[in-house]
Amino acid sequence: MPVVRARDLSFAYPEGPAVLEGVDLDVQAGEFVGIAGPNGGGKTTLIRLVVGLEQPTGGELEVFGGPPPQATGANRIGYLPQRAEIGLSAPITVREVVESGRVSVAGIFGALSTEDEAAVDEAIERVGLSEKAGERLTRLSGGQRQRAFIAKALAGGPKLLVLDEPTTGVDADAQERLAELLDELRAQLGVTILYVSHEFGAIEPYAERLVVVRSGIVFDGAPSALPDVWHDPSHVHP
Amino acid sequence: MSILDSDFMRLAFATGAIVGVLAPAVGFFLVQRQMSLIGDGIGHLAFAGVALGYLLGISPVATALVASVAGAIGIEQLRSVRRAAGDQALALFLYVGLALGVVLLSAADSLNASVFAFLFGSILTVTTGDLILVATLGIASVAAVLALYRGLVAVAIDEEAARVSGVPVATLNVALAALAGITIGVSIRIVGILLIAALMVLPVMTASLVARSLRAALGLSMAIGAASVTAGLVLAYYLNLAPGGAIVLVAAAFYVAVSVAQALSGRRAHA
Repeated sequence: MPVVRARDLSFAYPEGPAVLEGVDLDVQAGEFVGIAGPNGGGKTTLIRLVVGLEQPTGGELEVFGGPPPQATGANRIGYLPQRAEIGLSAPITVREVVESGRVSVAGIFGALSTEDEAAVDEAIERVGLSEKAGERLTRLSGGQRQRAFIAKALAGGPKLLVLDEPTTGVDADAQERLAELLDELRAQLGVTILYVSHEFGAIEPYAERLVVVRSGIVFDGAPSALPDVWHDPSHVHP
Repeated sequence: MSILDSDFMRLAFATGAIVGVLAPAVGFFLVQRQMSLIGDGIGHLAFAGVALGYLLGISPVATALVASVAGAIGIEQLRSVRRAAGDQALALFLYVGLALGVVLLSAADSLNASVFAFLFGSILTVTTGDLILVATLGIASVAAVLALYRGLVAVAIDEEAARVSGVPVATLNVALAALAGITIGVSIRIVGILLIAALMVLPVMTASLVARSLRAALGLSMAIGAASVTAGLVLAYYLNLAPGGAIVLVAAAFYVAVSVAQALSGRRAHA
């Protein structure tokens, strides 16, 4: 059973033009899929549909064999939106960010159990921030902040990790290290990864599959098979 | 004569201590979610509640409490349904609350100086009944904030990510709105409708300057809130001032003092 299965999927805002049309997509467990395309092409909409934040206006979409809102419990989704909502002036530590990702497992009441604390420690360690766990997020570089938010997503033990433009504002080195980290996580945890980016150069060595979205899917295959002219997604033409 | 020899000051200090802890505890999560001004919207609805109390001849505090909680939940519902229009939802409730309050007070023939006690607080008007109401609801609300702390933080950090991972976001949002409504309802006697939002925000801003973690900031916010209310009430007593204004100015002074101290220590470190 694929983790994500879409058939003739479409989406449009009320009284607006179609953002996505006729999308067919299967994502298998353990795949690292890069989703690219021009701004406004529908790539963010596609993953918002997958995580259940938007509802399709046509076609079928299943995540873990059911409609996206059912993707909880044993089939958790770790989701990193483009930008976290909490203000950067908030005095929040790396550990507090990661602990918040455990709420989906631990529940909203009371203190974290020893098991939950261990899961938080492990997630922080996996992203290489153990020594920074007690530091305020504001003291970290952009790349380290993104690692903290990946650890937050990992703390809930997700089967599917969905990242929307995680490297916006992060330098090229940090982008590459992030892609390398995600590849390691996939190998170690078997987690399926959907990685949205309009600059997919950094993930090309690691993503085994690239999906280019421009209203529909205009390319789906190995990154090496992508025609040279399409390497700049803003010039993609269906 | 000691300040505590008067019954009304003992009642004011006891009520004020609870309000001083509760307001920043709830305001803390509103600030983190960049919804600092929602307290103003709810405060104006509380004003309509006070006016309704005058018109019906029942306790204005009770009607203000009901109006605050109902209004806070209404603002949250409107915000969640029309996500892009949070500020518009707030503006709608703010202006309607103010207009409704003025109209109802006119209808009750009560648009006079007695309303000032509700707008800016009054030491003299706190009754034993008020204290019992504030203590019951205030302590229960602080307990609720602490019990829901983890969930409220998860939603503050990222509402959509929390929703995707299965956190009951809608329930937590309604709970936070209801807590904000209760806070404003129980704070009317001491701080007043027009200034309570400041007590929910200023101590949090001050604590965020120096705290090393979110938990520490929450604890420090509550301590600064209690200290601001206590010092403000003392000033109001000796200088014959409206307590709401004195309390908020003390809270603002804390913020200015900490900001200046930080700036000076930073300059020294770079010298």
